[in-house]
Amino acid sequence: MLRFIGHRLLIAIPTILLISVFVFLLQKLLPGDPVLALAGEDRNPEMLAFLREKYHLNDPIYVQYFNWIWNALQGDLGISLRTNQPVTTLIAQKLPVTIQLAVMALFFAVIIGIPAGILSAYKKGTWIDWVANIVALSGLSIPNFWLGIMMILLVSVNLGWLPASGYQPFTDDPLQSLKTMMMPAFVLGTGLAATLMRHTRSAMLGVLQSDYVRTARAKGLGERSVVVKHALRNALVPVVTVVTLLFGELLAGAVLTEQIFTIPGFGKLVVDAVFNRDYAVVQGIVLCTAIAFILMNILSDALYRVLNPKMSDQ
Amino acid sequence: MSNPDTFQTAPSRQTLSEVLPPKRSRVWAKLKKNPAALLGGGIVAFFCLVAVLAPVLPIPGPAVTDFMAVRKPPSAAHWFGTDEIGRDVLSRMIWGAQASLMAGVVSVTIALAIGVPLGVAAGYARGWTDAAISRVTEALLAAPFLILAIAMAAFLGPSLTNAMIAIGISAVPIFIRLARAQTMQVLTEDYVEGAQAIGLTHRDIITRYILPNIVPPLLVQATLTIATAIIAEASLSFLGLGQQPPSPSWGSMLNTAKQFLEQAPWLAMWPGIGIFLVVLGFNLLGDGLRDALDPRDN
Repeated sequence: MLRFIGHRLLIAIPTILLISVFVFLLQKLLPGDPVLALAGEDRNPEMLAFLREKYHLNDPIYVQYFNWIWNALQGDLGISLRTNQPVTTLIAQKLPVTIQLAVMALFFAVIIGIPAGILSAYKKGTWIDWVANIVALSGLSIPNFWLGIMMILLVSVNLGWLPASGYQPFTDDPLQSLKTMMMPAFVLGTGLAATLMRHTRSAMLGVLQSDYVRTARAKGLGERSVVVKHALRNALVPVVTVVTLLFGELLAGAVLTEQIFTIPGFGKLVVDAVFNRDYAVVQGIVLCTAIAFILMNILSDALYRVLNPKMSDQ
Repeated sequence: MSNPDTFQTAPSRQTLSEVLPPKRSRVWAKLKKNPAALLGGGIVAFFCLVAVLAPVLPIPGPAVTDFMAVRKPPSAAHWFGTDEIGRDVLSRMIWGAQASLMAGVVSVTIALAIGVPLGVAAGYARGWTDAAISRVTEALLAAPFLILAIAMAAFLGPSLTNAMIAIGISAVPIFIRLARAQTMQVLTEDYVEGAQAIGLTHRDIITRYILPNIVPPLLVQATLTIATAIIAEASLSFLGLGQQPPSPSWGSMLNTAKQFLEQAPWLAMWPGIGIFLVVLGFNLLGDGLRDALDPRDN
């Protein structure tokens, strides 16, 4: 297994380097002088020349790239123009908030999506299957930022059950923290629940038609035992790996969810950086999410091998 | 005098054509039997029609303000109510449909125009061309779609055109990967080997044999990606990175509506329903097309 992970990590290096080139060039290839943005109001030629020198902008582009990637490898992704803080510090500050949101969203996705998928597959062709499919497709079609607005309108404005915005760190007040995150996590989780439901249904349908399930039934085992012990255990193998692959969707969804519920997380950092033209932060975020996404892919493959003994033998 | 052979073969040819109707009509026949796909197609057709007819419909202009009717709920005069500066919400919804559908179609066209040639080149040429294109595709796929689109829209500057370019480029890797895989599959078919054996040029093989055979899966993916692109455009406009005011867009309408949730909840309702229905329509149509074009069902 370690050899497999090591091999995958080695293969990932060129991909990560390519992403870094892309992220770096994104800013360099576009029109506009970054020094003007750095200088702000003070645009006298001496100041501009000083800034160009300070940020090595007079160097050839490949030298600039190597400087940037060398610093990035040492954990230095630059300084935020707006807050003057290191980009890595900013990301490290905001990440725990988004991780809490993501974990809670995954919880909702799993408790809704997997049982719905099992039921839909087990009752294939019935009205239950039909309703579950329609609900799943609707879940995929509803923009989660709209669902968030509608939930605020219903749950916060009309019913007054949960707060519409705000954030409480889990370590300060766990109960309040869960309360404020409940609605955003549910909103973020519904889209993922729809994806999970479709994957679970598809995996369960395959397993329910297999020989060993037929044998289990022929042996006279109860339906509950057949479905839960025999079918579900095997159907969940691909589903577990799908959960890890939902990471990208979760991060993208968090950008909008955090914006609606004013949660000071990773997603809000992206949007604020975009509006303040804080390119170093945007570059850092894209690079970090891409690396995290690649690592999650490797984790997903490794998990699949652990859960599926046939794969480990190969 | 008619040739007896011709006389005998003619009916059998006719019978064969009846037994094996052209592929397109088989697909249509299967689509017609799928109520969900028909519903999806109907929803898409309705919104397309409304968007195209927007200039001739008897509605006020999307930017026409009436300060005597600010934030009025739905009524006979304004079926969907009015917004914060007295503009007719129905009119803005209809013109917004134009922006959303255009964003979906144009982004996917950009993605197809770049992705398909690169994917076919990678799958056909193999070797270093394939290696180079595949590595770039993997790198682009590693960044989450919406985050990549947001980053690109941020660097390009906020506008509907830039949002469409950003979404289109973010969707390119999906089509490269699909076109590459499909090309490699078609290349293993006997008729392609035959074409290579008789010395047809690469260009002829690609245009006559490969492209026509990779169209069905690309069509399904394009339909489903239009749905994703419409949500992405609405998301970018919601964040202020897409269509700019006063031009209407469902995403930017939702952004404004957020500030008036208590006073004018209908402002948030209609654009969301619009996005939901159009995206649902494309998803149903895409699912239906996938089932209809699946060769395993023939």
